[in-house]
Amino acid sequence: MQNPYLPYPVRIDEIITETEDKNLKTFKFVFLNPEDEKKFAYKSGQFGELSVTGKGEIPIGIASSPTEKGFVKFTVNKVGLVSSFLHTMKVGDIMGIRGPLGNWYPWETMEGKNVVIIGGGFAFTTLRSSIIYMLDPANRSKFKDIHVIYGARSPGMLLYRDELAEWEKRDDINMHITVDGTDDPDWKYNVGFVPTITEQKAPSSDGETYAIICGPPIMIKFTQPVLDNLGYSHDQIIMSLENRMKCGIGMCGRCNIGKEFVCKDGPVFTLAELNNTPKEY
Amino acid sequence: MVGYTDKIREISERLLKEGTVDMVIGFRQGSMPMMNEPCFAKRPEDVEKLTWDSNCGINLANYLTDRKEKIGVIAKGCDSRNIVTHIIENKIKRDQLVIIGVPCKGMIDRRKITSMFETEILSVAEEDGKVIVKTGDAEKILEKEEVLQKNCAVCIHRNPVIYDELAADLVEEQKDIDRYADIREIEAMSPEDKWNYFDDLLSACVRCYACRNACPLCYCPTCFVDESQPQWVGKTTDPIDTKTFHFLRAYHCAGRCTDCGACERACPVGINMRTLTKKLEKDCFEYYGWEAGLTLDARPPLDAYKPDDPEDFIK
Amino acid sequence: MKVIKIDKKDWADGLAKLSGGYRLFGPVKDKEFHNFKELDNGELPDFDFSNTKLSAKSMVFPQAEAMFKYSLDENEADHHIMKEAEKDYSPRAAIGIRPCDAAAFLLVKKNFDTPEYKDPYWINAYEASVFVGLACNNPCSTCFCTSAGCGPFHEDGLDVLLADAGDYFLAKVITDKGEKLLQAAGWNTEADAGEDQIETLKKEAEAKITASVNTDGLKDKITTELYDAPFWEDVAFACLNCGTCTYVCPTCWCFDIQDETHGTSGIRMKTWDSCMYPLFTLHGSGHNPRGTKVHRVRQRFMHKLKYYVDKYGDGIQCVGCGRCIRLCPVNIDIRKVCELMNSYEPADAACQVA
Repeated sequence: MQNPYLPYPVRIDEIITETEDKNLKTFKFVFLNPEDEKKFAYKSGQFGELSVTGKGEIPIGIASSPTEKGFVKFTVNKVGLVSSFLHTMKVGDIMGIRGPLGNWYPWETMEGKNVVIIGGGFAFTTLRSSIIYMLDPANRSKFKDIHVIYGARSPGMLLYRDELAEWEKRDDINMHITVDGTDDPDWKYNVGFVPTITEQKAPSSDGETYAIICGPPIMIKFTQPVLDNLGYSHDQIIMSLENRMKCGIGMCGRCNIGKEFVCKDGPVFTLAELNNTPKEY
Repeated sequence: MVGYTDKIREISERLLKEGTVDMVIGFRQGSMPMMNEPCFAKRPEDVEKLTWDSNCGINLANYLTDRKEKIGVIAKGCDSRNIVTHIIENKIKRDQLVIIGVPCKGMIDRRKITSMFETEILSVAEEDGKVIVKTGDAEKILEKEEVLQKNCAVCIHRNPVIYDELAADLVEEQKDIDRYADIREIEAMSPEDKWNYFDDLLSACVRCYACRNACPLCYCPTCFVDESQPQWVGKTTDPIDTKTFHFLRAYHCAGRCTDCGACERACPVGINMRTLTKKLEKDCFEYYGWEAGLTLDARPPLDAYKPDDPEDFIK
Repeated sequence: MKVIKIDKKDWADGLAKLSGGYRLFGPVKDKEFHNFKELDNGELPDFDFSNTKLSAKSMVFPQAEAMFKYSLDENEADHHIMKEAEKDYSPRAAIGIRPCDAAAFLLVKKNFDTPEYKDPYWINAYEASVFVGLACNNPCSTCFCTSAGCGPFHEDGLDVLLADAGDYFLAKVITDKGEKLLQAAGWNTEADAGEDQIETLKKEAEAKITASVNTDGLKDKITTELYDAPFWEDVAFACLNCGTCTYVCPTCWCFDIQDETHGTSGIRMKTWDSCMYPLFTLHGSGHNPRGTKVHRVRQRFMHKLKYYVDKYGDGIQCVGCGRCIRLCPVNIDIRKVCELMNSYEPADAACQVA
């Protein structure tokens, strides 16, 4: 019997401080046993439990893409006991990862469709994974137009800034980067909240477009009516939820919304599905 | 005390009809013998469910914490003292409350009565200081005085200390009560015997926190046992962790505990944790002449500094 | 099915023989009440009880259980890597588990033994166990097992059903595991008309059950409507949000995972947790999707009486043991809540509010 609670041992290979407040760091992990990397075969949208020995585990969306080999990446916000300790750890330190856990964005369903990615703040991690995945030469032709609307409080709070700049230069992806506000005179992208930019930039749905939304509750609350106005049906609005989790495999009982477990039946749900569950997230 | 019910309903109905309060917090008949359930009435017609008898041991001050409404609350002596403490500690405002005082003659000890019978108790009734207990095959009449909760047997503040309405005439307070005989026995033990006593006292604990949650004093937004940064206490039923929880909780109640007995009453495994809080209550009385919750005009001794503090006890 | 007659004078001898091949668990009186725990060497289970204070779930699902051990000492090989904790999955036998508690394991199994994931701790302990049930001749007033898919002589989840018939026990053999245990104890005298005797006792016991719940309407209710029903504030008002109901419940399975370090070594544990606790769902950000008492009380009842019903389609997540009713400090009664839910019609509520 495979023990689903047993983490794969990993070594921290690289740590990148992502944001100006230094609260977000990206950790690149390498599996100590190369065969574990194969077992950790994942899809964009899934998460893993980062196991900090002696402190506990935290569920974090996978920021790397399945098309990137030899490592996995997670971007972690410093909030609680485990994430705060993780932020003090160094390259070379040993810890563990369990997963991949949960479901993923509906890649098969979205084939041949337009994809609009809407992200806010530090919830951009699995969206990065998704963009890298879709832009991979082996995959790009599977999708029609790709739009990305991504906002943060300020330019320095945007994640993956080098990659954002790279994507801006490409013509096979439409980037709409925005910040709530900035006093940087050289800022050449949008200023405004994500719902507003969505209203201005997102394509209206012709039934051929899927929107993936990830962000703070307030952003989701105000973006949803915008998408309604743009004609998106609720089964074409894809959301990734967060809840407190421990086991990650649908057993420990805390992350449920109605009868669904965010960890196992989610974290990805369509808005149509969420409309039928209690809003306990 | 059974006769109080009509008066409680009458007062509650009036307060709700007049709009003096938004809700009345009291008790309704439970689904088990010797159990009543705290409840609220928001409409005049809801007061019919309110009841009063010797099974209203849960401390209703616990249901007032941080509420914003205007509330009528039924309060026996200990509840009223905890309401005073709540007001002093800013957990509720005096002008939010209409206190319906209940002169109390003591609550009966469900655990003690249950242990007196071989078979399941099917009904318990009260009449003129008697408690009539029926099981499947027997009926027995007990003297209520003999089956009081332990804290009620030594209670010297049966009358509410603060009230706006009264559900009955004040009762005579018990006099010449030796409140601390049990505590002196433990004080006299050797350190080793004391430790064994506490080991045994707390061995059945399952860390459900019913005692803490039934206690009107335990309103911390995050209890120290739930803190993770730093984590003060382990999460298992390890004996050291369990004792740490109980001892620290008791200390947090020093000078605030009214010996209402809600903790023991709530405990599913019958732990007499009042032993701990009562020792501190005794010390507060002996060192500072302090009894919690008797007046709105003084703060608890551990909450106040006086230059002439005797500090004899730490010499 | 075969029924063995066990003379009570042969009882202790048989258990002594069993203790060679099984770790024995059973009801034991601890101060004021009975608990279900591992028997000391030579200790006999005490059958003079109606039911144990806590359920027998800890036999398979202990309140705290080590999963892994680790070292934080960088001089040690494999430091910071989780390693399996030592486990004893040698055969164990529950002697005198009530049928409700045994049936509860079958409900809990659905959570821990899934097509996608298997909890090895729960499954290994469960599979190592033989369940010798003690039928209830005298159910309590709070027992509503017969309307919760169970009963005082219920056999599902048991390997042997014992019925106390005065000077002797009747032991109904339900599984091969049970048969093997009876043989190991040296109990092999077949009872005359054993099944008939048990049937008579069963009918007598069932007739004594006075409490019941109706659950027929639950599955057709709309989840979000039940969730938004107006009665939750009233149901939850008295609740202290202690974990008593969940800790004593044989079907409550929620748990936490905790690392506990002493010096440079430690263990990662599974520990019981409770949906009654605010911490259960508190996000790192401070947001809590079940931030109020009403949320948490509703979760407990919705889980047992609606989410579970919808997810598995075989009834409620409750065996009717009545412990939560008897031990709730403020007398919140699942029978009353079940009735509210089962009979709830949103239209009624609209009238009520108006």
